[in-house]
Amino acid sequence: MSNSSSGNVGIVIVSHSAKIAEGAADMVRQMVGNAVPLAWTGGDPEGGLGTNVAGILEAIEIAWSPAGVAILVDLGGAETNSEMAVEMLTEDRRARVVVCNAPVVEGAVIAATESSGGSSLTAVQRSAEEFYA
Amino acid sequence: MHDTNASRASFLPLTASAVLVNPVGLHARPSVKLTQCAKRFAAAIEIALAADGPWTDAKSPVKVMRVKAPQGAMLYFRVAGPDGEAALAAVIGLVHDGFGEA
Repeated sequence: MSNSSSGNVGIVIVSHSAKIAEGAADMVRQMVGNAVPLAWTGGDPEGGLGTNVAGILEAIEIAWSPAGVAILVDLGGAETNSEMAVEMLTEDRRARVVVCNAPVVEGAVIAATESSGGSSLTAVQRSAEEFYA
Repeated sequence: MHDTNASRASFLPLTASAVLVNPVGLHARPSVKLTQCAKRFAAAIEIALAADGPWTDAKSPVKVMRVKAPQGAMLYFRVAGPDGEAALAAVIGLVHDGFGEA
């Protein structure tokens, strides 16, 4: 996990694999830089493949920004668990967190690129989702 | 007629071009650098592989990557806006500099 405090939209990477999540975060840091709050989570609590709500909540907390947080997910459970985590946030925070419909690695890099320019959460989400447009 | 168009005329598009020197072309990392640079300016900034387009929004990392510009390609830029001149200088500078990695 890593973070960098700024007013830019935070990015959370959720994968079934901790290695994928960490690797995607490495790509974001190397390609985009440190101007974006960033956190990743992957795997189940036992260290296997999977995702868990507590880990996602923790990642949202680490990457939190007043501008909001964009979550990038891989498959099925990553998405449903992320949506569950968002549901568990306080109401004022819930409105500022989105799960993007985008590929996890590419989406994370693009979302972070958009965020690093100071774009809004809506613009960050739209940019990441351009991959499927 | 000239008077009524005076303010618009000051934002007439400026163009410039530069050769892409990066060995792998305009791949992910340079695309990110280019869009980050472009976003610092208010001006509309577009990129193309030919002087007459088609033009691509240089502030969209996804679209810039889809240009798939190879090494040796001539990159054309078209900018329009109050800070257009500075924007054009900045993006051309990036290309000349190999986006800091060539």
